[in-house]
Amino acid sequence: MKELKIFGIVVAFTLVLYWGVEPFAHSQMHKHVEGDNLQYSDLKPLKVKGDAKAGEAKAAACVGCHSIKVKNMPAPMDAMASSAAYGVNPPDLSLAGALLDEKFFAHFLMDPAGVTKSKHFAMPPSAFSEQDAADIVAYFKSIAPKEVTAKDAFTFACSRCHADRYDHMTQLGEEPKTKANIKTNVDLDKLDFEKNLGTYQNKLADYMGKLPPDLSIIIRARSEHFLHTFIENPQSQLPGTAMPRVGLNKEGMEKVMAYLEKTGDPSKPLREQTGPKVLLFFLVFTALAFLWKKSMWKGHH
Amino acid sequence: MANNTKGRRDFIGMALGGFTALGGIGALYAAKRTWDPLPSVKAAGFTTLDLSNVPEGVLITEKWRGKPIFILRQTKDMMSKVSKKDMKRLIKIGDDHFMVAVGLCTHLGCIPGYRPETQDFLCACHGGMYNSTADVTKAPPPRGLDIPPFKIDGKKLVLGEQGPEYKKMLEDGTTLPV
Amino acid sequence: MAHFDENAKPFSHKWLNERLAIDTLQRVLSTEYWIPKNINFLWAMGMVLAATFGLLLISGIFLLMYYQPNVNTAFDSVNYTIMSEVGYGWLWRHIHGVGASVVFLIIYIHMFTGIYYGSYKRGRELIWLSGMLLFITFSAEAFSGYMLPWGQMSYWAGMVITNLFSGGSLHADGLVEWIRGDYVPGQAFLNRFFMLHVLLMPLIIIGLIVLHFGTLRIPHVNNQDGEDFDFEEAARLYKEGKIKESKVIPFKPVFLSKDVFVMGIYFIFFFYLVFYHFEFAMDPVNFDPANPLKTPTHIYPEWYFLWSYEILRPFPTDPGLVAFGFAQVIFLLLPFLDRSPNVAPASKRGLFKYWFWALLVDMIVLTFMGKLPPEGAWSVIGLIAALFFFALWIALPIITSKEKKL
Repeated sequence: MKELKIFGIVVAFTLVLYWGVEPFAHSQMHKHVEGDNLQYSDLKPLKVKGDAKAGEAKAAACVGCHSIKVKNMPAPMDAMASSAAYGVNPPDLSLAGALLDEKFFAHFLMDPAGVTKSKHFAMPPSAFSEQDAADIVAYFKSIAPKEVTAKDAFTFACSRCHADRYDHMTQLGEEPKTKANIKTNVDLDKLDFEKNLGTYQNKLADYMGKLPPDLSIIIRARSEHFLHTFIENPQSQLPGTAMPRVGLNKEGMEKVMAYLEKTGDPSKPLREQTGPKVLLFFLVFTALAFLWKKSMWKGHH
Repeated sequence: MANNTKGRRDFIGMALGGFTALGGIGALYAAKRTWDPLPSVKAAGFTTLDLSNVPEGVLITEKWRGKPIFILRQTKDMMSKVSKKDMKRLIKIGDDHFMVAVGLCTHLGCIPGYRPETQDFLCACHGGMYNSTADVTKAPPPRGLDIPPFKIDGKKLVLGEQGPEYKKMLEDGTTLPV
Repeated sequence: MAHFDENAKPFSHKWLNERLAIDTLQRVLSTEYWIPKNINFLWAMGMVLAATFGLLLISGIFLLMYYQPNVNTAFDSVNYTIMSEVGYGWLWRHIHGVGASVVFLIIYIHMFTGIYYGSYKRGRELIWLSGMLLFITFSAEAFSGYMLPWGQMSYWAGMVITNLFSGGSLHADGLVEWIRGDYVPGQAFLNRFFMLHVLLMPLIIIGLIVLHFGTLRIPHVNNQDGEDFDFEEAARLYKEGKIKESKVIPFKPVFLSKDVFVMGIYFIFFFYLVFYHFEFAMDPVNFDPANPLKTPTHIYPEWYFLWSYEILRPFPTDPGLVAFGFAQVIFLLLPFLDRSPNVAPASKRGLFKYWFWALLVDMIVLTFMGKLPPEGAWSVIGLIAALFFFALWIALPIITSKEKKL
């Protein structure tokens, strides 16, 4: 029994030590920020209902800067030209209806810079009424594909500013497969791509104030809670940040987080599968060790 | 020794030892997997060669999986000397015949040098020789240059993929798998 | 003169005995290596440490196959190649990271067990000293290892700790640049700390472990009452078959069987952390790649260095460095500062009992304060705890010289 008492003391001190160094200290360093459960409470609910047919005509203006691949509508400028003109490449709108919160999307159309809470925002203010905005949102909802992959969600919501090098994703899309000249080892296609990417990133860093970080392993560098509340409202975690509020809905948030987890913690499935097996092994090992100990100590006490 | 086990087998100790050994095997499996070539290495194992502008009789060298690949478009002169057996080594694209092989001597792996004046290969390391279809003509190499897995795609060749013509070469022993 | 029987079959027991004295080795090191019976599970911590060091060595070997000690590729060689491409690479990384942290938990438990039971006196001073040297070497090993992923914490810990060597008002900036091999932690710094971590420190650790075992063999392991009994007599009783009356047990198989059981329980705890609870050992801040132009908002060393870090922090530069240096070496002087000849558990040693628990609690408080931001109430508590640490060590010779002889 004395040994159990000693064990208890050791465990107690260890747990106290853990508590102070981890949960307690971290709670003091990072004040808990409560999310809004994707309600976007600061935006008033819409008073009108949108009509997709009416929205189609009103959305024609979008193609002045944006592509809509699902409708085979290209953007007027390519990524490099857009970057030079606006600072960043406007996103393709095919998934806007699927991944953006309706209320947010409508308010955004009426006041892009204000609703995203950015100091400056490349998309200019509009003269849309609430009905116009609701119609456009309804239109985009009607054309959005039903199946959205995690990678599509990331591409739409994040990748014009953020790279994810662990998935070979850059701000200019996926890294191309190129071949070097066999005589000189010079890969001109790769150098061309890298020059364009560098030019884009320089412009982006000027536009945003700094280069938005690569998100490959962000899921390990910040907690899931932080990322959730940050994506929902960047200002709540990093006041003054240049990152615009994105306005994702529940599906958008889930898919983006799934992508981040895929590139940042890809071993999670196998880890959760192997863990129970290893622990079971050691449980049996300890039981056998206990029996061996008892047999070796017989007659000694 | 603890005298309570005198004369009796330490069964529980053996059971513990055996069980621990099982765990050791598990750990060895994980260790073996750590040595496996990485997925990115295996994915890089495909190369497309464009054969449309290859001049005849000139040895072209490309790279596949880090290894040199010889491409020799056979001239009419070469074709007149090719035996029936060696015909099976050539890849026919349109009216042209190409020798495509891994440019590493099947003896011990040096790169054989091409001699355009005699239209053959001589390996400087140990004197092995190959003809224009890369079949061995002088020891010590045990066989002709190995032919990489390929798939014909119009005028292009995709190395790393197994097309029907390659599968036939494997079946009739023209080449060993690389 | 050695005798070699020419009829002995090669590699038979007799043949090996003539050449390697395997029977004598077996007796001296295991079957007749006598351990007191009056001990508890804390006596197994040494083997637990050896097992953890083994896990660190093996997992380190696999990490070494893919890690690249280059400032441009180090971070991704760990966080991409090893964590997602290499078969079970994530497992070795987790074992290595968790192991590096848990080994210090066990080191501290092992150390405080020694302090509590007086296992640093009466013939055991060199065990204590070699153990403290192991602590210092493990600390250097942990620090150099932490540099390798080249994350934000790696870079800034490297910057700050090497800055210590400027010696405050001594302004030995040349020395700092010499240690780094550059003006700031860069390629030269990373490569040389890679060398230290992978070759030099492990060799020194292995040598010190051998020394540590060597210094233990003659004085024998201590027991829960600090009793100084006749090992020869106890061994004789045991060999006669009086295993209940004898005060000793043989290392193999009796002590070993309890060791293995304790290790089993330890491994359940250890692998639970490896698979399910590892953030404490792999701090999020180090998952941001090193940025020489931005210090993280909250910067702190790993938990096992926090008490020492907090002794440095509250004071102005020069006194702080002196205090920090004092804290590193003072434990080495324990056998000589303890003026009492009593080898007994702290509970039986009067004022020393309070000294022991006060030291333990003080170090835990220092650890907490070392992690918390150095602001307001926390820095006040930290200063008091640091001053109390010195008071305790100054008081030690005084209270132990007054101790009644048991």
